[in-house]
Amino acid sequence: MVDQERKPLAGQVALVTGASRGIGKAIASSLADAGADVIAAATTEDSVRETVDSILGAGGTATGIAMDVSDDDSVAAALESIKEEHAKISILVNNAGVTRDTLLLRMKKEDWDFVIGTNLDGVYRLTRALAPVMIRARYGRIVNVTSVVGAIGNPGQGNYAASKAGIEGFTRSMARELASRNITVNCVAPGFIDTDMTRGLDEKAKEALLSQVPLERLGTAQDVANAVMFLLGEEASYITGSILHVNGGMYM
Amino acid sequence: MASVEEKVKHIIVEQLGVDEEEVKSEASFVDDLGADSLDVVELVMALEEEFGLEISDEDAEKLTTVKQAVDFISSHAK
Repeated sequence: MVDQERKPLAGQVALVTGASRGIGKAIASSLADAGADVIAAATTEDSVRETVDSILGAGGTATGIAMDVSDDDSVAAALESIKEEHAKISILVNNAGVTRDTLLLRMKKEDWDFVIGTNLDGVYRLTRALAPVMIRARYGRIVNVTSVVGAIGNPGQGNYAASKAGIEGFTRSMARELASRNITVNCVAPGFIDTDMTRGLDEKAKEALLSQVPLERLGTAQDVANAVMFLLGEEASYITGSILHVNGGMYM
Repeated sequence: MASVEEKVKHIIVEQLGVDEEEVKSEASFVDDLGADSLDVVELVMALEEEFGLEISDEDAEKLTTVKQAVDFISSHAK
């Protein structure tokens, strides 16, 4: 019934945060296509419904849950609501991310806290909650979605860049801590990707960004999902603690 | 009902995947039973769960042998 050739992740339960749109949605769909049982998390159940419906429509398996990764209680409640699947999760994709761009001289502490508290603390919360399950199973795959901005910086994104660079440091530590339990931890760092997050930029900023991309196009959410899928698969079992850049050559 | 000692030894056998005969009182988790640092943390967490208590990091560091674990649990378990 299950074609192992085409469904390499059959039987695995995967949790994806920020799965309502953009990169997270593409990752959730790719996981389902590969046969995984997908738990798609987003801040509200309504927002993630479209992702779940499109997966179900394509014959995949998915459950939508409401989870605010910036909130301890919300994460705990969300995981409690999927208690049975929780104990079987072997794949975690920390994708949820927010921006609150402003130059440092205008940046309020709450702008800083909002971005760090979601992007960086969210990765800690989910990893902390799911590592015990993976340790017990002696198997796990964690991919954290970061950003080229974490590597090269960007004016107006001090908070965002710090959160993404922070995730990369955390990734390397977790790769070392969890390696003996056959758990790999990696990052995928997208460059300039065509999503709602970048659609908000003005034309001039977009042109300036695009002029830095040797491949002369914006990346797609699927370009990023492809890299995530590679790191989650058997072919990448010897890769841990690495950052895979998906940016058309924008940073190399 | 199983004694504290029996329960603790049972958890050690389960967590570390060792034979019951190896779990002697003086056996060290790391040196004799082949545990690594993650194993020790997992073991402490399993003991906390089984006996419904919280073991501080400070106390946990002192639990390096089977006897130390049994003694600690015996004197702290509710």
